[in-house]
Amino acid sequence: MTSMSQTSASVDQAEIAKFEAMAAEWWDPNGKFRPLHLMNPLRLDYIAAQITAEFGRDGKARMPLAGLRLLDIGCGGGLVAEPMARLGADVTGADAAAGNIAVARLHAEAQGIAIDYRATTAEALADMGERFDVVLALEIIEHVSNPAGFVATCQSLLKPGGLLILSTLNRTARSFAAAIIGAEWVMRWLPRGTHDWRRFITPDELAGLVKGAGLQVADRRGMVFNPLTFGWRLSDRDLSVNYLLTARR
Amino acid sequence: MRHDFDVVIAGGGLNGPTLALALAGAGLSVAVVDPRRVDDRAGDTFDGRAYALALASVRLLSALSLWPGLAGESQPIRQVKASQGHPGEGAAPFFLHFDSAEIEEGPVGHMLEDRFLYRALIGAMEGRVTHLPGLAVTAQDPGPHGITVTLSDGRQIAARLLVGADGRGSGVAARAGIRRQGWDYGQTALVAVVDHDLPHHGIAHQYFMTTGPLAILPLPGNRSSVVWSETRTNAAAIAALKDDAFLSVLRPRFGDFLGPIALAGPRFAYPLSLSLAECYIAPRVALIGDAAHGVHPIAGQGLNLGLRDVAALAEVVVKAARRGEDIGSPLVLERYQGWRRPDATAMALGMDTVNRLFATGNPVISALRGAGMGLVSALPGLRRGFMRQAAGLSIHPMPQLLEGRPL
Repeated sequence: MTSMSQTSASVDQAEIAKFEAMAAEWWDPNGKFRPLHLMNPLRLDYIAAQITAEFGRDGKARMPLAGLRLLDIGCGGGLVAEPMARLGADVTGADAAAGNIAVARLHAEAQGIAIDYRATTAEALADMGERFDVVLALEIIEHVSNPAGFVATCQSLLKPGGLLILSTLNRTARSFAAAIIGAEWVMRWLPRGTHDWRRFITPDELAGLVKGAGLQVADRRGMVFNPLTFGWRLSDRDLSVNYLLTARR
Repeated sequence: MRHDFDVVIAGGGLNGPTLALALAGAGLSVAVVDPRRVDDRAGDTFDGRAYALALASVRLLSALSLWPGLAGESQPIRQVKASQGHPGEGAAPFFLHFDSAEIEEGPVGHMLEDRFLYRALIGAMEGRVTHLPGLAVTAQDPGPHGITVTLSDGRQIAARLLVGADGRGSGVAARAGIRRQGWDYGQTALVAVVDHDLPHHGIAHQYFMTTGPLAILPLPGNRSSVVWSETRTNAAAIAALKDDAFLSVLRPRFGDFLGPIALAGPRFAYPLSLSLAECYIAPRVALIGDAAHGVHPIAGQGLNLGLRDVAALAEVVVKAARRGEDIGSPLVLERYQGWRRPDATAMALGMDTVNRLFATGNPVISALRGAGMGLVSALPGLRRGFMRQAAGLSIHPMPQLLEGRPL
């Protein structure tokens, strides 16, 4: 396949345009992305714990991810890429929306953080032969048109022994209530139409895609929102709305 | 933006250096800007100041590896007896009695003199924290990625976060535009240390009198710290007395249960007021200790409340650093404020209420509070609850440093 055909395989142009419109708001903790900012600490804790455990690093060290090459696919404004770079990882941030990359690059420079931001796709990076110790694909697979192809591309971006961490939304009645009715219609945290519930993937489906791509599932965990405290916590059992999955090559 | 330090702390009292040690212990780079010169305070002579460290505060000092060097200088508080006092009338019919044998955690707290605590903190900072004595913060300029702090020698340093540990007149808070609420109690605390003939057996006494509370707190040996609150007019007159005359006024209030007493050091007078910051955070700024909440020193909770701030802020900041967050960002600072402000406000107003309740001469209120104290004393569950509150064991969730667990 050519890189053009792969681009069209997993990135939907209309989806990219939606996020470009929101790009400037990425770093406003009280703006449209507040729910993501609130969820971020838990995602970061999970990611840091998975990577440090897998690569035998001390999570209490100042730069526990030093020397690890990490790719953040669909990096948006850099909400995860920047923390990973602070933890010492050599970070590449990729986003198909050039507006996001512009916002992310500007912010990282002002923070004094070196990140290789590229307005590109996972497929294009794979075609260039780029390989990483860790690949992150957070809240992204529910927006791609060919999830199986996307997971296969992620697999090809990993060095042997590398780690793929995905987060996404389950396809359940509760996720419809929470992500569509709650977040988009009632709370208006996200613009209507941000998510298409039919594209959501169950943990078993995702595990199937991961195994199909030749990866081993290492961990799956739910992220549970408490509407009273506006806090998030990890759950071993409740994967009914948001969840994370870690796979090893 | 290049940062000289992760965190700059304005204020070199007790809370500032303790926070600095907690953060440095977790690998962060910290500077303490301390308007005092070290020699001004680290001397050997006892200046009369002592603290009632709650159990949780002792655990924090243990987690920072400071307590082993301090335990030998401290006096465990084994029992607390509180009663309504009327000068010359002896023991009141109702009183509260807290015995540390009732809670499994051990002593309710420890008395520790300022000189030992301060010296331990200054010593521990050497080589781990950049201590800048004899300097003050004169200006601060917060931006989206950090804060530039100007020192009194003209130097500018950049950090991710500036912490105001600079007391109830906090310059950091004022420059950040944080307003304060509070009132003057019209009382002054007279503080002195006395030698006495008989052993105190580790018992702390608090007499609630209409003119203000009197606390007798056990120090190592046959020595006690006296914190005596009086109306401002009375206090001014008493403070002006010579030592002999001062003792003759103190004796009838103090009682004779410890035998003859004599002054063991200089006397101090502190006007009492409540001063609460409306916010504990501002862009790139967090407040701790009296800068956030200057409280009435009833029950000796000032330093303990400050150390709760230290534990909570250190945990929030260290956890943020370990997940790679910008430690001075609004979302990180909001976590600190959300954790501390409700508890500190409740404590400050609670102490205020207790003081007002006991400062009245109204016989009905007096009878009610006497009955109330008797009731608390008679109900073990309630009594243990009060003890845990005073020991600092009641915050939820408990910062891990206050449980003695290092970060």
